[in-house]
Amino acid sequence: MRVALFITCVNDTLFPGTGKAVVSLLRRLGCDVDFPVAQTCCGQMHVNTGYREEGVRLARHFTEVFAGYDAVVAPSGSCAAMVREQYPKLARPGSRGAAAIAEVAPRVYELSEFLIDVLKVEDVGAYFPHRVTYHPTCHSLRGLHLGDRPARLLRNVRGLELVPLPGAEECCGFGGTFAVKNPAVSAAMGADKTRAIMDTGAEVLCAADNSCLMHIGGTLRRQQTGVRTMHLAEILASTEEAQ
Amino acid sequence: MSATFLGMPGSFPENSREAVQNSQLRFNLRKATHTIRDKRASVVGELPDWQELRAAGKAIKDHTLRNLDRYLIQLEAAVTEAGGTVHWARDAAEANRIVTDLVKATGETEVVKVKSMATQEIELNQALAEHGITAYETDLAELIVQLGDDFPSHILVPAIHRNRSEIREIFLDKMPHVSADLTDDPPALTEAARLHLRERFLRSKVAISGANFMVAETGTLVVLESEGNGRMCLTLPETLISVVGIEKLLPSWRDLEVFLQLLPRSSTGERMNPYTSMWTGAVEGQEFHLVLLDNGRTDVLADEVGRQALRCIRCSACLNVCPVYERAGGHAYGSVYPGPIGAILTPQLRGMSSELDASLPFASSLCGACYEACPVAIDIPEVLVDLRAKAPHAAAEKAGMKVAGWILNDHERLARAQRAATRVRKLVPKRLPGPLSAWTDTRDLPEIPEESFRDWWERNERA
Ligand code: SF4
Repeated sequence: MRVALFITCVNDTLFPGTGKAVVSLLRRLGCDVDFPVAQTCCGQMHVNTGYREEGVRLARHFTEVFAGYDAVVAPSGSCAAMVREQYPKLARPGSRGAAAIAEVAPRVYELSEFLIDVLKVEDVGAYFPHRVTYHPTCHSLRGLHLGDRPARLLRNVRGLELVPLPGAEECCGFGGTFAVKNPAVSAAMGADKTRAIMDTGAEVLCAADNSCLMHIGGTLRRQQTGVRTMHLAEILASTEEAQ
Repeated sequence: MSATFLGMPGSFPENSREAVQNSQLRFNLRKATHTIRDKRASVVGELPDWQELRAAGKAIKDHTLRNLDRYLIQLEAAVTEAGGTVHWARDAAEANRIVTDLVKATGETEVVKVKSMATQEIELNQALAEHGITAYETDLAELIVQLGDDFPSHILVPAIHRNRSEIREIFLDKMPHVSADLTDDPPALTEAARLHLRERFLRSKVAISGANFMVAETGTLVVLESEGNGRMCLTLPETLISVVGIEKLLPSWRDLEVFLQLLPRSSTGERMNPYTSMWTGAVEGQEFHLVLLDNGRTDVLADEVGRQALRCIRCSACLNVCPVYERAGGHAYGSVYPGPIGAILTPQLRGMSSELDASLPFASSLCGACYEACPVAIDIPEVLVDLRAKAPHAAAEKAGMKVAGWILNDHERLARAQRAATRVRKLVPKRLPGPLSAWTDTRDLPEIPEESFRDWWERNERA
């Protein structure tokens, strides 16, 4: 299967390790992966902050870059939800843009959806001998309805102990530009989230969105908790040989 | 809505900063919202057809809003037929004038009130006071707010920000006949309030109410409540004046069935509320006036995305699940409508010319919990994002977003920007200046990697 990777601008720029993990994971599972180099950003930050025009331009760019692939895989619940849920609202019904969106959007998958729904694998042959807790992130949870897909994948990772996160469904307080526009509330939410993570005794916090992990991880590091953050893809990509 | 809700004057981020630091307030709010939230979740979970009910609620409201003009006229005819008088109020000033004149005509200088958000919205109590008329709130939480010279901070529990001992202090201070050994036991506090209110009910000749629903077909008004005070207000006085927003309409009696299930479960987490009072027109010896309030609602109706806010049945479920409301408290929203619904309703009703109103659409992390909880499926995040596009933006932000948009519009530009960031990666300070300090005040920055993903790909795949 020929799969296009949408690595997302945040991963591309700040978390290239996640992109590399997706590449090695999908290749291990037999996919032929491509990274269309013309890709940039889904436009979520612009749309959600009130810069629709720029957002629409980026959405148009996205649909051009990813037209014609069987599947587009993104290691970000938030960006996948942007394309699938919000793009259709950006174009005028009946317009050319709307048609392009209708063509591409349904083929965009978040990583765990792609693994479980398309490749039909739950055991990706990973090995990660650590105590891990999982934060579902709002857009994965309520935008994409990922449900227990990530947990099913993690439970099949050898050596991994998955511990439940109290109040997992509560927002961590990132919210894109919200973190900067409402810093006091965002920080308070982040502090409550890190407290819950500490209570689990986990060594690693995992999620399917590096932006939320950047906010939570930044808080964890500032508080010198010693808890690491890792993207789901990185845990799923890790194998016994790699340890 | 007047531009100066008595709440707080600052922007939402400013207002919430203080609240976040008030650990007592955060504790009170967390405890109260989580209790109601859990109750709601369990009674909603009992109904196998909740999603269908929710869809029905949404459909009925949308249908009504689409035909609002027709149903309002039908309502007016039915109320008039039943001996009531209907008044139309375009805005707060007009509504206040109508009510004040009606009270003045009775010769009374005191009125009892049963919780009504519409009258809070138009600041009726102040308007009455200017004409020497005293309004007494009878809803317990509303009474606490009124006696404390305070502002409501929650739709259902206006005094949610107060704890028991604070309430005891207020009662001791403001209720004439309370004995000094009053404890802060809830039954003792309730009893004190009951005695205080009983006297008011028996004395009052005029009552002012809101309504949860109005039935166009029969001209019936419906109030759902928990304490029975509403029933006292609605039956004892000789003159009843109801001030109701025009969006509270339902076409027929049958439609109530859906909402009598949706509302109590969503709001108090009960299967049914203790008191449901309905009245149609005037009964013998009593006078009934209905003031239909627009105050910006037809403007909201004209907005394709924003109009869904008018489906709101004021259940407060969205407040109780909102992580931002839980930390910021209700006062930060500077309006009688706090929380997620306030963040979309207030800027639509009042416009976004004040700093506060312009900041409200941003008072959300877009986590979507409100949409999930809303019994009439108002897509609050969608409206927030739409309002953000209409809100004024600071010049510096605009410039920054333009630059970001320009860079992201072309992958070669993006790659150049990434390499530039890599070159200075060792120079990035731990604390950032300007607005970005908001990030580094409490969080570390991620390290900028040595190489972007795209450069890695080019190096490995294209070599
Ligand atoms: S927006 Fe929905 S959840 Fe919030 S108060 Fe209104 S009806 Fe209830």
